[in-house]
Amino acid sequence: MPTTRQRTSSGGLFAYTLRRGLQSLLTVFIVLTFVFLLMRLLPMEGYFGDAYDKLTLAQRNAILDSMGLLDPWYIQLKNFYVDLSQGDLGTSIIFRPQVPITEIIAPKIPYSLYFGLAALTLSLSFGLLMGVMQAREKGKWFDNFGSAYVVFINAVPAAVYFLFIQLYATHYLKIPILFDRARPISWILPAVSMSLGGIASYALWMRRFMVDELNRDYIKLARAKGLSDTQVMFKHVLRNAFVPMAQHLPTTLLMTIAGSLFIESLYSIPGMGGLLIDAISRQDNPLVQALVLIYSTIGVFGLFLGDVLMAVIDPRIKLVKREGAR
Amino acid sequence: MLSREPVLQEISPDLFTLAGYDQEAAERTGYSDYSYWGATLGKFLQSKTAVVALIVLGVLLIFTVIQPYLPGQRDPNVINLNQETFRQLRNVRPGADFWFGTNSIGQDLWARVWRGTRTSLMIALLVATWNVTLGIIVGAIWGYVRRLDRVLTEIYNVLDNIPTTIVMTLLAYMLRPSISTMIIAMCALGWVSVSRFVRTQVIIIRDREYNLASRCLGTPTHRIITKNVLPYLVSVIMLRFALAVPMAIGSEVFLTYIGLGLPLQIPSLGNLINEGRQIMMIPAMRYQLIFPAIMVSLITISFYIIGNAFSDAADPRNHT
Repeated sequence: MPTTRQRTSSGGLFAYTLRRGLQSLLTVFIVLTFVFLLMRLLPMEGYFGDAYDKLTLAQRNAILDSMGLLDPWYIQLKNFYVDLSQGDLGTSIIFRPQVPITEIIAPKIPYSLYFGLAALTLSLSFGLLMGVMQAREKGKWFDNFGSAYVVFINAVPAAVYFLFIQLYATHYLKIPILFDRARPISWILPAVSMSLGGIASYALWMRRFMVDELNRDYIKLARAKGLSDTQVMFKHVLRNAFVPMAQHLPTTLLMTIAGSLFIESLYSIPGMGGLLIDAISRQDNPLVQALVLIYSTIGVFGLFLGDVLMAVIDPRIKLVKREGAR
Repeated sequence: MLSREPVLQEISPDLFTLAGYDQEAAERTGYSDYSYWGATLGKFLQSKTAVVALIVLGVLLIFTVIQPYLPGQRDPNVINLNQETFRQLRNVRPGADFWFGTNSIGQDLWARVWRGTRTSLMIALLVATWNVTLGIIVGAIWGYVRRLDRVLTEIYNVLDNIPTTIVMTLLAYMLRPSISTMIIAMCALGWVSVSRFVRTQVIIIRDREYNLASRCLGTPTHRIITKNVLPYLVSVIMLRFALAVPMAIGSEVFLTYIGLGLPLQIPSLGNLINEGRQIMMIPAMRYQLIFPAIMVSLITISFYIIGNAFSDAADPRNHT
């Protein structure tokens, strides 16, 4: 593979990256503007929390004015982008009143990052291993077991099996039910639960890839050279399998910052995922807005990096059009 | 040329006899008992898991529809009271009176589970129908009409970049919690991936010779799309539809979980699971979580298995 890597036009990758980058920026701009304007449609009462009834009309207007909410929408939009360019996401109003949102978020990122990375490592290693084993044992019990697992995980809503894992695994393994920083044993279950979905999708994908690939000529050649099955698997098939996977890896990596909504709130992990649920249930508009902005920006740039990474490692990709005809 | 002539003269017409028309022989060669739907059905029935899933789903669907009309059913929103003490019958364990027990304010869980299944299935089917229909329409036009390809592709690139979950969450957050809010939130971007998928398929079929011939004969575009192209897509469309249902149910559970679900007087599977979650730490009351969870799992797994088995069966390459 690496020996064939040569690009006919040296400007191709750069031009492509630039084009995709601008496209992503445009998308982020559209999404941010759209979200910001949508949030302006929400009723004003949401900005006072419990204090709403105690305030006179003049007081309410003074508060709204101090937040800049009475300005015309285009001025608000301009202010929003000016603040954003200075790294200011606004201040929370209900969850932790008057605290800048960046200050609320910063200490939460490490938790989400730790669990996200742990889950990613688990799902990559176990998922790929499982896919490879299934392909080798095609039609036997392990393959059937693996397929049943994939069907279950893909079909049943994650919230359902997460609940049962928390319920029964903590009971039988004598693990604390909630996350406790001081007890590392309580870190295991959230990470394992988070990895289950990833394991299923990596295994499904790996199995299909292997089964398709094992009939290809280069595999027959490798066999004919006298390589063992294991060598063929790991040196040839697995390396090729990484190419299409590369596209989703940046998104997955970036999304670890965002954390898992379910897992973090189930196990009371003070991370980013649980924060969105708190913000929604308390109707803290600025906080919801900031979190939505972060999530969508991450999503858009993850896809961008994925496409670029894909173009870098796979020389067969045509750089002219992202949407290949077939 | 010259050397052949003598040879031709040597062959006399007497050497040949006319073969009579034999109807039986003609039918033997021309006849094939292959029918697309027959083969699809046959292949589908070969998969035991799929047949079991189909039966389970069929029974569930029928029962969901007829359950309220059966005798002796309780109203899912009525709070049941003890006839003597007039206290609420809270958290009664499953038994002869209440087959699935009662919840924490004394409502009949059996009735709530079936009503919830109906709500969730209705939402899921509506969402799946909308997403698949709009996806097919946009995808077919996108794939077939070349002039629109550039514009639609650019629009797709923007839409595809927006995380669906975020749009769904945001819409549900902004609108008042209700069934229509939920449906709008799930329909907003759900069709995008279907349309992209249909487009790819349409492009593959678009330039086959028979479509070229059709175009030369002046067949209008809408007719080519509906008569020549879409019938080839039945299998993939059915698969998309079948998978859209578990996805919609999953989204409903998710939205309920993050606090954007339906109001409690409208039982739904998401609502019931969320209620069950709040009391699940008490082992004696765990049945309130287990019953809705089993129902969700049965429905989603059945749809998933049926969809995959059907799409395998409908692929002509798998027909023998």
